[in-house]
Amino acid sequence: MKKYLSCILFVCIAVLMLNACSNDTGVSPGASSEQEGLSGKISTSGSTSMEKVVASLIEAFTKKNPSLKMSFDATGSGAGITAALEGVADIGLSSRNLKEGEEAAKATVVALDGIAVIVNNENQVRNLTVEQLGKIFSGKITNWNEVGGKDELIQIVGREAGSGTREGFESILDVMDVCVYDQEHTSTGAVITAIAANSNAIGYASIASVSSKISTLSVGGVECTEATILDGTYQIQRPFLMVTAADKEIDDKVKAFMEFALSKEAEDIIRKAGAVQVKGK
Amino acid sequence: MKIRVMLEKVMNVILCLSGVTAIAAVFVISLYMLINGVPAIQKVGLVPFLFGQTWRSTGSNPEYGILPFLLTSVYGTFGACLVGVPIGLMTSVFLAKIANSKIAGVVTGAVELLAGIPSVVYGLIGMLVLVPNIRTIFHLKTGTTLFSAIIVLTIMILPSIINVSVTALKAVPKEYEEASYALGATKIETIFKVSIPAAKSGIAAGIVLGIGRAVGEAMAVMMVAGNVANMPSFFKSVTFLTTAIAKEMAYAPNGSLQKQALYSIALVLFIFIMVINMVLNILLKGRKEK
Amino acid sequence: MNESLSPKRKVYGVLLQGFIFLCTGITVALLVGLLGYIFYQGLGHISWKLLSTARSALEDTIGILPNIIYTLYIIFTTLLIAIPIGVGAAIYLNEYVVNKRFVQIIEFAAETLSGIPSIIFGLVGYMFFCQKLKLGSSILAGSLTLSIMILPTIIRTTQETLKTVPNTYREGSFALGATKWYMIRTILIPSSLDGILSGAILSIGRIVGESAALIFTAGTGYVLVKNYFEALQTSGGSLSVALYVYVYEHGEFGVGFAIASILMLIVFTVNVATKAVKKKI
Repeated sequence: MKKYLSCILFVCIAVLMLNACSNDTGVSPGASSEQEGLSGKISTSGSTSMEKVVASLIEAFTKKNPSLKMSFDATGSGAGITAALEGVADIGLSSRNLKEGEEAAKATVVALDGIAVIVNNENQVRNLTVEQLGKIFSGKITNWNEVGGKDELIQIVGREAGSGTREGFESILDVMDVCVYDQEHTSTGAVITAIAANSNAIGYASIASVSSKISTLSVGGVECTEATILDGTYQIQRPFLMVTAADKEIDDKVKAFMEFALSKEAEDIIRKAGAVQVKGK
Repeated sequence: MKIRVMLEKVMNVILCLSGVTAIAAVFVISLYMLINGVPAIQKVGLVPFLFGQTWRSTGSNPEYGILPFLLTSVYGTFGACLVGVPIGLMTSVFLAKIANSKIAGVVTGAVELLAGIPSVVYGLIGMLVLVPNIRTIFHLKTGTTLFSAIIVLTIMILPSIINVSVTALKAVPKEYEEASYALGATKIETIFKVSIPAAKSGIAAGIVLGIGRAVGEAMAVMMVAGNVANMPSFFKSVTFLTTAIAKEMAYAPNGSLQKQALYSIALVLFIFIMVINMVLNILLKGRKEK
Repeated sequence: MNESLSPKRKVYGVLLQGFIFLCTGITVALLVGLLGYIFYQGLGHISWKLLSTARSALEDTIGILPNIIYTLYIIFTTLLIAIPIGVGAAIYLNEYVVNKRFVQIIEFAAETLSGIPSIIFGLVGYMFFCQKLKLGSSILAGSLTLSIMILPTIIRTTQETLKTVPNTYREGSFALGATKWYMIRTILIPSSLDGILSGAILSIGRIVGESAALIFTAGTGYVLVKNYFEALQTSGGSLSVALYVYVYEHGEFGVGFAIASILMLIVFTVNVATKAVKKKI
């Protein structure tokens, strides 16, 4: 009896799986009913900080072009640039400027991202200057009471060595290579969780990932908002780049996606994902 | 009839190949580990690599010394065993010899459930519960320490130790225990002087399993150990061999010395585990022959 | 009986008994604490929406339906690959003992495989299946990697079951003129089905909980695909991988605990099923 039951169960599961689960992610009935639009595959890879922005753009773009398949691999800015140069990915995504040695790549700015300085919700400090931040992260200021907070040692949480976010943060604060971390994590979510769980922690993350679990500080009196990023008064910011190989012909569908990302349509999408679209570049 | 004979021969070969797959897999894994792990060791030098105390893979003057990781893995595993083996062993004694079958059934079921918790979940709970509490209890700057990692590893290896030890203890022939009682020993004395020694090889197998899990654990440990490449110290942030690989693997550019060095760490880890397995297996087989 | 014990033995006995209860108490407290915490944090976040939709970056919603499906696909494919090879190897080891040395080598290889940490499987799987065999980040690559990981378990459990089949079955079959493979096919395998099944169920537990190896080989995709065969070529995250991504990349630990609770229920069901099958043997 048990054997029959397990056979039936197996067949049921097999049928369930081999069948189409054709629900798409909320395709509105008003969308193009003909299979118009581009088809084929576009592969992208790169910065984890850009994940939300890229995922939203991909989702919107593939809704308009249902026969198109797009993928994004969150491998990191450096790996993304390399993938684009080697032809492994059609578009590389980087959350930092190109370095020397990467001249063979062509970068298009798709958005600006603010790097928020984050602390625990219990922390009363609300503002720090760029100088103070530099001293904290290089270990010269060690206690919160030196900057107007409680008498508690400052715990520094950051990203791992290859992260675009870390590089952006450290280079603007001019503390590259001298930062002394207490915790290093490989992703934004882990940094946020670590800071949410420790009242004395300070760290940094893309403004797009910020949630109510932690609090952001203003830097030199400037809050991190769309306006302050655009006019540059919020200093800790870095570009979101789409990177392609400069000497190769860009495929039509890839071009179409990049144009979409720079278009007016994408402005809201990018804003909702937490970054700021750069117009006319 | 000839078809039958042909079929036999064919099946013989196919089944043999199935067996060979296991060998092939080990061979391929070892080969890849060696091919990818050796270049960096050659470039950096075996002694600076294994015994260098600084790991700074990015930045202006990269250094690739993995002593901090090596020592951390050793201390971490040792610490986890030091605490986990007694707790696990005593619990299995309880389950195998003292508890009545209903309680034993429920607790054993729960232990099996514990064994099934994915490591990411341990990491998450460790980060939310263990780390902040360790920070406040011990008045530290950060709760992510070697100590926290040892606690998490201990909890993770408990099910391995318990499950196998319970089986081993239950398999001890009743005659041994009854003879012990006949000689006037109490239940506790029988357990400690007869049953446990008799189940030694099984218990050792459970410990080997636990050690294997502790040394190979990356996900859970990454959330509670801090991942800073410090030389290991109880209350400092540390990085294990496994987390060193996991931390930078996604970001290291292909073909760079950094990536090659990460494969070298994997090679060291691989050899480390092979050596532990072999040593413990020899110890086990030695006992079995006694 | 206690009266005749020396005080030293009495103290010894009481201390040890106390130690046993203490350790057991610690283990039980950990069990209850961990499981309780997971369900406490997670059950509140389980909703029909979570279970039946896919993640939408545009609408900022999370759904794990694709991950559930990917998990099923991975389980199915891995077992499909590993069971024939594992059972075949066990049969060979048990029934075709030609060269003892050879048998020892195979058994040593299987034991070695079971000790290798999953991160190494992930690395080698990525290098061999994803790059060398050009499978890319895909369910197929992930299943191939996992099948090597569970091979030792299948071989071991099948071997043990084969050993319990009485020799009289084999001899009787030969006496009736059957050839070896015929005997295996008609007598041995049917009588060992329960053991093979319990090995398979045991492996399901391992597959479901695995994350490190899968992230490198099967990726973190979250898009619904049309059917099984398309899924084999796509990057897809299993539930464990999804847990990792939502917690570490997005900081959504509520969802993480919800997935953890679901995983616990799956593991529980798997354990109960294993026991039921074992009872039948």
